[in-house]
Amino acid sequence: MTDTSSQIAFVQKEPIPESPPPSTAAGPVKWMRDNLFSGWLNSLLTLAALWAIYVILSGTLPWLLNGVWNADSLAECREILNGKTGACFAVLAERWNQLLFGFKYPADLYWRPTLAFVLLFVAVAPVLFFDLPRKLLMFTALYPFIAFYLIWGGTIWSPIFALAGFAAWYMVFERLGKNSFVQGFFGGAAVAAIVWGIGSFITGAIAPEEPFLQAVPSRDLGGFMLNMMLGVTCVSLSIPIGIVLALGRQSDMPLIKIICVVFIEFIRGVPLITLLFVASVMLAYFFPPDSTVDLFLRVVIMITVFSAAYIAEVIRGGLAALPTGQYEAADSLGLDYPQAMRLIILPQALKISIPGIVNVAVGLFKDTTLVSVISMFDLLGMIRGPILASTEWNGVYWELLGFAALLFFVVCYGISQYSQWLERRLATDHR
Amino acid sequence: MAEASQMKVSDEIAITIDGMNKWYGSFHVLRDINLTVNRGERIVICGPSGSGKSTLIRCINALEEHQQGKIIVDGTELSSDLKNVDKIRSEVGMCFQHFNLFPHLSILDNCTLAPIWVRKTPKKEAEERAMHFLEKVKIPEQADKFPGQLSGGQQQRVAIARSLCMMPRIMLFDEPTSALDPEMIKEVLDTMIELAEEGMTMLCVTHEMGFARQVANRVIFMDAGQIVEQNEPEEFFNNPKSERTQLFLSQILGH
Ligand SMILES: Nc1ncnc2c1ncn2[C@@H]1O[C@H](COP(=O)(O)OP(=O)(O)O)[C@@H](O)[C@H]1O
Ligand SMILES: [Mg+2]
Repeated sequence: MTDTSSQIAFVQKEPIPESPPPSTAAGPVKWMRDNLFSGWLNSLLTLAALWAIYVILSGTLPWLLNGVWNADSLAECREILNGKTGACFAVLAERWNQLLFGFKYPADLYWRPTLAFVLLFVAVAPVLFFDLPRKLLMFTALYPFIAFYLIWGGTIWSPIFALAGFAAWYMVFERLGKNSFVQGFFGGAAVAAIVWGIGSFITGAIAPEEPFLQAVPSRDLGGFMLNMMLGVTCVSLSIPIGIVLALGRQSDMPLIKIICVVFIEFIRGVPLITLLFVASVMLAYFFPPDSTVDLFLRVVIMITVFSAAYIAEVIRGGLAALPTGQYEAADSLGLDYPQAMRLIILPQALKISIPGIVNVAVGLFKDTTLVSVISMFDLLGMIRGPILASTEWNGVYWELLGFAALLFFVVCYGISQYSQWLERRLATDHR
Repeated sequence: MAEASQMKVSDEIAITIDGMNKWYGSFHVLRDINLTVNRGERIVICGPSGSGKSTLIRCINALEEHQQGKIIVDGTELSSDLKNVDKIRSEVGMCFQHFNLFPHLSILDNCTLAPIWVRKTPKKEAEERAMHFLEKVKIPEQADKFPGQLSGGQQQRVAIARSLCMMPRIMLFDEPTSALDPEMIKEVLDTMIELAEEGMTMLCVTHEMGFARQVANRVIFMDAGQIVEQNEPEEFFNNPKSERTQLFLSQILGH
């Protein structure tokens, strides 16, 4: 008995010294055996994968490397290639401007959308990277008006009065919003509407015959520029609208809740292409008969509405994932509803929703190519229409569509990389 | 216990609850609650799970609505008027079982958020005050960390500091230690005892009977939505009058 008890009783007298982890054999052979050939099934899969890669590369590499960049037509390309396989990239070089700007935008004005595009990076930088000085947001706020003026041109008074309306809205909101968010918001909206009304009247009266920047009508926009414009505008509009819809769906007020639910469910149940047809032919009925609401605006409304409904559902998921304790803590500290939402609930809900929102944004950006169906000449519309229909380039499918795919891929991949960075950056829960 | 009697209780009334009833749907959770709390009083509420303790203290800062009777906090009657509700909430601090810190904000921001947005305190002043209270709960060195990086006991102390930053005149605690590992309970209770010694009016739902004996002026026992018994801690523990209290005490102190 004494024996067993002395076995159970145990005291560690010496501290165990720290020792390095066991070294595993290293080297490329070891790595290959571990990762590529660790068993007959894995070896088989590795070989199959290598074969697939070989087939793909042997098919595409000669085509890419033999590509012809200088020619005036497909026929000339074929002549140069002389029977070898090879791409005819000359179409990209020759139709470069059309692919980017469409075929009607005046060539001597290309600098305007290009400048707007460059400024876009300055404008989104402080929104995407919040370590940048907050003062830069001033430029972000001005950017829509600057970009509008650059791309469409015409009288400078339209963007100025538009800006004045928003500025008035903001100032009223600052004044009244302190007491009541709702009062501030709708009071501001009313004042802004008055400013816009007066503005459009005055603009009509004082607009010069020869504006400083030549006016370009919406139907002359095209190419990848149009995709970018639709993508950027609709994403930046649909996120705030999606948030409002998601909050509305959670509202205690039954009427608001019903409106939001019906809206979201209806929009989600309709294909985007249907909405776009509605935009192109029917939406005009909803506006006053003599107003010529242009097609671009109508399309923006439809795409925005469409993606806002999806974003609202994504955000609703984020809201539902928050424990009720967060609402209670915010309430018990005396925060009112807008404060609790803005400071506590939405930052967390949006963080959870980032992957979903990015998903919708990427989808939306690619869906902007659908406008080619309602005869707008975006990148795809340009390719299918004016370029492939021309006698010179009839039949250059792979090169053109591959180029379109590449442009979209670059943008979408950028968005997805950014969102991953953002998620890492916002991770504060240290789980 | 001598400590309790040493701490001053004024005659001024902090909370009056008069004939209060509350229902969840048709379920009668709180039944005819009458309670007067003087300023500086420290009240411990105990009772079996589901007896309505949380609901009662959540009614005091209007996290739950009551349907009948009156609740007057600091001279302001709780009604559905939103202005009153916000006023009362900013004067009544509350600590929860699961801390409910804001995980996306640093400890310092957790503490300065409400003073800055609700009280409109200048940022610098709010930060100074936050550091003052973080020192008081003995974790000023964690100010720049995030809640997820702290232990449960530390998080609960931050939650107390966060409430104190609003300079409340009344503090409510809903089982502040029951989600904590045993070795962390003491650090939180010590913080609460210190608060009690400074004369804070406190209502505390807890099953820490040592704490009740040391700081409470009154212990309230609730069962099935009713206040069944209330007494000074000494009498309450040594000489419980009602059978249900006796049973409850034997269950939690019994082993
Ligand atoms: N939101 C609610 N809806 C319906 N019933 C609830 C709700 N919250 C609590 N209850 C019920 O009310 C009773 C009292 O709950 P609670 O005050 O949390 O008890 P305690 O804190 O004493 O454990 C319980 O029976 C509980 O199931
Ligand atoms: Mg409870």
